[in-house]
Amino acid sequence: MTKYIVNRLLGMIPTLLIIITLSFFIVRIAPGGPFATERKLPEVVERNINAKYHLDEPLIQQYGRYMFDILRGDLGPSFKYKDYDVNYYIANSLPKSVVLGSYAMLLALVFGISAGIIAAVRQNTWLDYLSMGVAVIGISVPLFVIAPVLQLIFAMKLKWLPTSGWYTTGEGWTTVILPAVSLSFAYFANIARLTRSSMLETLRSDYIRTAKAKGMKNTTIIFKHAMKGAMLPVVSYLGPAFAGIITGSIVVEQIFRVPGLGKFFVQSSFNRDYTLIVGVVIVYSAILIVMNFLVDIVYAQLDPRITYK
Amino acid sequence: MSMKPNAKTVLDVKDLQTYFKTDAGIVKAVDGVSFSVREGETIGIVGESGSGKSVTNLSLMRLIPSPPGKIVGGEVIFEGKDILKLSEKQMRSIRGKKISMIFQDPMTSLNPFLKISTQMVETIRLHEKDVSKQEALERSIDMLKLVGIPSAEKRIQNYPHQFSGGMRQRVMIAQALSCNAEVLIADEPTTALDVTIQAQILELIAKLSNQMGTAVILITHDLGVVAGMCDQVCVMYAGRIVEKATTDELYARPSHPYTEGLIKSVPRMDTTKKGNRLFSIEGQPPNVIDLPPCCPFHPRCHKAMEVCRQAYPLVKDLGKGHEVACWLFAEESEKQRALNEANIKEKAE
Repeated sequence: MTKYIVNRLLGMIPTLLIIITLSFFIVRIAPGGPFATERKLPEVVERNINAKYHLDEPLIQQYGRYMFDILRGDLGPSFKYKDYDVNYYIANSLPKSVVLGSYAMLLALVFGISAGIIAAVRQNTWLDYLSMGVAVIGISVPLFVIAPVLQLIFAMKLKWLPTSGWYTTGEGWTTVILPAVSLSFAYFANIARLTRSSMLETLRSDYIRTAKAKGMKNTTIIFKHAMKGAMLPVVSYLGPAFAGIITGSIVVEQIFRVPGLGKFFVQSSFNRDYTLIVGVVIVYSAILIVMNFLVDIVYAQLDPRITYK
Repeated sequence: MSMKPNAKTVLDVKDLQTYFKTDAGIVKAVDGVSFSVREGETIGIVGESGSGKSVTNLSLMRLIPSPPGKIVGGEVIFEGKDILKLSEKQMRSIRGKKISMIFQDPMTSLNPFLKISTQMVETIRLHEKDVSKQEALERSIDMLKLVGIPSAEKRIQNYPHQFSGGMRQRVMIAQALSCNAEVLIADEPTTALDVTIQAQILELIAKLSNQMGTAVILITHDLGVVAGMCDQVCVMYAGRIVEKATTDELYARPSHPYTEGLIKSVPRMDTTKKGNRLFSIEGQPPNVIDLPPCCPFHPRCHKAMEVCRQAYPLVKDLGKGHEVACWLFAEESEKQRALNEANIKEKAE
């Protein structure tokens, strides 16, 4: 097992290098550039800017320079935001997205798994229809509808919660609630549906019939005998889902004024901000790779039939 | 194999009816099945797939998936009480403790996520609350030794996937008998196993039931298994018992044409000549959805008469507990009456 873990960790390095290389070249192949504007810049100015950001060098030399910087842990200067470099923007916004995403995921897990189990155990009753109805709403109604509606009800009408803001802007922890709930909705829905279907399948399996024939109570059967097997599909969903949720969402960040990482994914692309694009891609893929690795470890913990050598 | 005519009846099934509601109609999976099991006796239930053998026995445990299944009639008398009328809680204290069950596929019948020790200890402690974990573990190890699992102390800490099919069925048997069950229901326990392992498992069941005085209900479609193990046999067809007799009697005097066909279709080394094709019963078992009131076997029966198409046959006692549901053994007057009644019904409709 230790050997497997070390191997997997070492295996992440080439994967990341390939991702960095690909994204480095792909963003530069895309038409336009960070300094392309509607009005043509004077040639001297353009030459100066290109020289400053080394855009006048051959591509392969830029790549070498960039990779060298990355190995030193430097993601380079942003091409658009002049005050700070990419490291600073990511270091400042990622933790906020991680906090928000973790709360959202916690909500999605607790309610999603409970709703899924209840729906499976009470299949074809109103409880099942209710849980799955809410789940369908969660999947089909987009975030930019759910978030403002929640804001309207709980912040504007009932005035229970602040409309927007973040700890750091002085509004306190209550600011997290609305964005976390909105963000969790789609994940809740997916987890609930996955849990329900895999729980239903597990409950129909032979070993559950054996447990019943042993005289066990239904609740014991569900939690002791069925839970582990039913959680496997949910666990494999959680890896990519968690990577997605903790790297932020531009919709939630815009609506609730959360200074998170999500907006950089979109804005950096619009701005052709080469270094920032590759920077957020590195962050996202590193998290995704680590999450998938964790999923595999958890899998082996849950299912004794899986062993890694 | 021994007849125990004076032994006490432990389980008495009377006119059991289990129906399934489906979109296509009501499936009468079990329709009026009666038999009784005496202490220490082994009773075989034979029939082809879909004849209602498994549903009968799942009904005894009240493990019919409901909906769509439902036990709609009959009684199952165990320890003087009709277990079909017990509360779910009372029923749970019977399952696994007094009536145990082992299943067809040992590969999937044990929980792959839990150690054998966990699964066995939980069974014992579920029914005997004052037994400590350590005692339960020791008893489980003893049971594993009894069913012939080598180095049981070590193996009990393994997971099911670390056992072969035959070994898993042994574990299932050990688990089923760990609370000294009075009745063991074995639902095709050897169907999924290799032929060589089959014999070992059957011997094991026979040995243990003898040792522990457990009555066994053996569900099978293998007449060879029945001949070797059972004191009594019930032959099921389309949800009903068509013939019931002691094993010797059934083989000596198979009376229902279906039983006759079944016995004839067992390949034999002595009488089957080279080049002769093996006998088989023509046709397919009937669709049990909305079965008309007639003998369900008549389309495949070479002795079928008019009355067989019109009414379900009466059960006739041929003596020595040999019962058969076939018009061949009915009096002429009874047939006539059945035909008349069927005609009146037809006209009324």
